[in-house]
Amino acid sequence: MTSALAQFASPDWQSRPEPILLPSGIPGIQLPRGALTEIHGLASSGRTSLLIAILAAATARQEICALVDAEDAFDPATAAQAGVALDRLVWIRSAHNAEHALKATDLLIQGGGFGLVALDFGDTPPATARRISLTSWFRLRRAVEHTPTVLLSVSLQPNARTCASLLIECRREKAAWAGSPAAPGRLLRGISVRATATERSKVCSPAFMAQAI
Amino acid sequence: MFACLHGPGNLTALAFEFSPTVEQTSADTVALDVSGLDRLFGLPQDIAVAIARRAADTGLECHIALAANPDAAICAARGFRPSVPSVIPQGDEAKFLAPLPLTLLAPSPELLETLDRWGIRRFHELAALPPLGIAERLGPEGLRLRDMARGEAERKLLPIQDPLRFEDEIEPEYPIDLLDPLAFLMARLINGLTTRLATRGLATDELRLRLKLENRETHVRTLRLPVPSLDSKAFLKLLHLDLSAHPPNAPIVHVWLGVNPQKPQAAQGGLYVPTAPEPIGLELTLARIKAIVGEDRAGSPRLLDTHRPGAFRMDPPSLPTAVATVAPPRLTLRVFRPPRPARVTLAEGHPSFITAPSIRGKVIDRAGPWRTSGDWWTLDPWSRDEWDIALSDGVLYRLYCSPAGWFVEGSYD
Repeated sequence: MTSALAQFASPDWQSRPEPILLPSGIPGIQLPRGALTEIHGLASSGRTSLLIAILAAATARQEICALVDAEDAFDPATAAQAGVALDRLVWIRSAHNAEHALKATDLLIQGGGFGLVALDFGDTPPATARRISLTSWFRLRRAVEHTPTVLLSVSLQPNARTCASLLIECRREKAAWAGSPAAPGRLLRGISVRATATERSKVCSPAFMAQAI
Repeated sequence: MFACLHGPGNLTALAFEFSPTVEQTSADTVALDVSGLDRLFGLPQDIAVAIARRAADTGLECHIALAANPDAAICAARGFRPSVPSVIPQGDEAKFLAPLPLTLLAPSPELLETLDRWGIRRFHELAALPPLGIAERLGPEGLRLRDMARGEAERKLLPIQDPLRFEDEIEPEYPIDLLDPLAFLMARLINGLTTRLATRGLATDELRLRLKLENRETHVRTLRLPVPSLDSKAFLKLLHLDLSAHPPNAPIVHVWLGVNPQKPQAAQGGLYVPTAPEPIGLELTLARIKAIVGEDRAGSPRLLDTHRPGAFRMDPPSLPTAVATVAPPRLTLRVFRPPRPARVTLAEGHPSFITAPSIRGKVIDRAGPWRTSGDWWTLDPWSRDEWDIALSDGVLYRLYCSPAGWFVEGSYD
């Protein structure tokens, strides 16, 4: 009795257990299960390459993943080349409707069993994305809590604010071209991306190369 | 112990829910062997009550009789019209059946006329006749009728083979034009079919719904499930969502539902295998999402066996088979659907300035053109010259020129 009361009276009885972290496919970045992770960055900053790398790593772990594509921008061909097992992916195309995308995400999380649910607002104008109320993000965060699902959001700017447990900012350092400019046979080899992950004021900035060929 | 059900409706299905040995005695009479059911229900009266309760649940109005031999049960079910089932105690068959008319035994017209001339019109009158005299005057047919009248005829049932066709139908009293009343009827059909499947240890992977409409058209919907299941609530919700998306164009006057019997899937999950969505639950979730985003906008993408850009189709999620491998990060294309038409200024045959919806800038680096074509042997050929370009707005795009003009296909991200 005394020990039980002492357990409740201990200073950290309100603290949450540490979330299970999963490898993202990019060294240095780990994703928490049962929490919202937000990836943001400008166009061509490598956000989608990071998302696809995460999906590829999750499907390689034999997890079933879902991608809610608010702008219908997902390209299955390049995703398959990047290693995403398409038969383990459920793709929802919400056709430029953010509200539909949020509803679909909520239904997927409530359905359960997914290893990763990604919400892609990558091309949604910031004004539209900002109109998503904080209540919606809280609802998603609450729904994914205590589940083994990783919830990901990709956007131009951070929108979920305090609801996101992990914030990853992507920035393109340079684009790698092969061959001399204006010469035939010049190739886009890929882009170098710096991903800055911020979690409870801890910052980690690994870099990776997203190869085109 | 044998039971007999007499009345209109699908009595065979009801009988098969209680016994595998069922005889279709006539179009409106079914006899079944209920030996052994006492272990489940108790006394014969309890067995009769259980059958009557199930008949009431399925909307059947039938007369039920239980006896030690099938012919006594058949005669009692056909002859008596009590509000409660008739249970004939063993040894009291003759006394119980005594007041019934001889026409219930279905004798030949000549034999019936002879007995009528003798003044014998009831079971007890025939039962009281001496067997030797009947054998001399009426032959073996007369002896058989006498045994049946005394409730002593012993025979085996001629069981019918269950055709394993699981279908049921219902005709509402008035045309139905709303989905909720229809859902009540569908729930009755689904519950009955899943119960019949469960009694045989089966499940289903296909639901076929056929609705006859007031304008004489037929509305047919078929739902295929990823794995065989018996989840009647999920079936009802799936049909409800499907009919919401594809409503019939007139009130409904007849509902028919059939299911495809399958062996249930038995699989053991591994300790180290990640959890996956429950297949029927995933089907239900996708049906709900399709009701929001559109019929063909949710599923698993499948690449088509062609080089045509953007060729894929959406399939229902299936059980994954291939083992995926981890690859290094790849530069990914974000596709604009549809491609954005562009106005392109050329310099020395190469793009130098691009204007398209939400895109405008000077080309500061480029690679290409990459010429591709295909399907020239079909009625729908395609050809295009592609460029990878870096614009002054800092974004990498894929640009292509086709016979229809210039388009921005997407951005690299």
